[in-house]
Amino acid sequence: MAITKLDPKFKDEVTKVPGGQNIKRCFQCGTCNVGCPVREIEEKYNPRKIIRMAILGMRERVLSSDFIWLCSACYTCQERCPQDVRIPEVMNALKNLAVKEGYIHSSFAKRMELIGTQGRLFPISKFDNTKRKELGLPEIPPENKEVQELFKLAGLDKLSTTEGGE
Amino acid sequence: MKYAFFPGCLAPVMGRQFELSARKVAKSLGLQLIDSEDFACCGFPIKSVDQETALLLAARNLSVAESLGLDICTICTGCGSTLAEASKELMHNDKLRKTVNEKLQKIGRTYKGNVRVKHFVRILYEDVGPEKIESQVKKRLEGLKLASHYGCHYLKPSEVFDKFEDPEFPRTLDELISVLGAETVEYEDKTECCGGVILDVDDKTALAMAQKKLDHINAVGADAMVLMCPLCGSMYDRNQRVIERRFDGAYNLPVLFYPQVLGLALGIDPKGLGLEMNRVKTSDLLAKLRV
Repeated sequence: MAITKLDPKFKDEVTKVPGGQNIKRCFQCGTCNVGCPVREIEEKYNPRKIIRMAILGMRERVLSSDFIWLCSACYTCQERCPQDVRIPEVMNALKNLAVKEGYIHSSFAKRMELIGTQGRLFPISKFDNTKRKELGLPEIPPENKEVQELFKLAGLDKLSTTEGGE
Repeated sequence: MKYAFFPGCLAPVMGRQFELSARKVAKSLGLQLIDSEDFACCGFPIKSVDQETALLLAARNLSVAESLGLDICTICTGCGSTLAEASKELMHNDKLRKTVNEKLQKIGRTYKGNVRVKHFVRILYEDVGPEKIESQVKKRLEGLKLASHYGCHYLKPSEVFDKFEDPEFPRTLDELISVLGAETVEYEDKTECCGGVILDVDDKTALAMAQKKLDHINAVGADAMVLMCPLCGSMYDRNQRVIERRFDGAYNLPVLFYPQVLGLALGIDPKGLGLEMNRVKTSDLLAKLRV
């Protein structure tokens, strides 16, 4: 990649997003990779490398990638990181920035639609409530107006759904 | 012992046996769980998209509990860590709480910062206690070998949970199993993640993560796996057949939620614990216990 494509200010941009504050502390020891249960299966997810790419300023490459969406949020790396980089939070910061650029992973676009309309990730059907009643469990309302309102206020009810590039 | 009960969105749909058995054992142990129709998404699933709104969703739920004058009990570890994290941030950061309240006021809510959040199993451990539970056991689970699985968000991020557990060498669930008379077995990579959070992003990787744990438990020969999160439950129980087909394996490992195991020991009828709702049949296990 040509050096002109690098954005040296990208790391500062990341530090301003909640969760991204500590990205510049990373000294590339690789402790995160060693304990990462996703990386053990799928090499495409490489937290050490993602952070290095971000610090180098590979803005578009990182934000348009699909690998930033692979963190399983187990927080093993966060517990072990000697520099308190808070890697899962950095991944959240990167994904939040990616969404602002129009790169939202399709599974997350679906999540947003479900939560924005019904107030929950796993919708409650009439069948579910019937089953619940039979078991003596309380009924659950199928939607939540306050969540709908919060989504509208944040502009999340009309998210662009461009797919990640890599 | 009285808490606002936060069932989350997964258990009421795909883990009813967990919710049912939790309510049953709570009643039996004198733990009061109060429902509210106002609880909704905890915020966790949208952290990746917009952390500020995720925090607002969490704060909204905290304000619901605050209006009931109660702390929150969750059964999903994901809801538990998300709400506990928000509770901690909003308790100590006045500026953040002010910003959050400016937005919550638009939906007619405020949050003063007084609600604490605990997972059901932590409440059993801290509020009820292993000794009291042991004294209530009517049917000791002698002869059962059980493999515990904690679930990441019961342990981590540890700062959110006041370090009540050791994220590398957790013990509370094992202790709560031991007092029922069952034997707990150790296995490789015990604290490893189930992969559930990325099932809808990359199912191949997520299922392979779950498969590894089933392999490790298989290697030491346990009668069942015991866990406490509906998402982990869906990976190891609901998806066990899928994993067997995809990776050409055979496990047939029953996967029980801790309140189901506890309920058996407390002498509650298995039907009331929803054991027939578990995907992997538990009949051999019950036969072994003669219940």
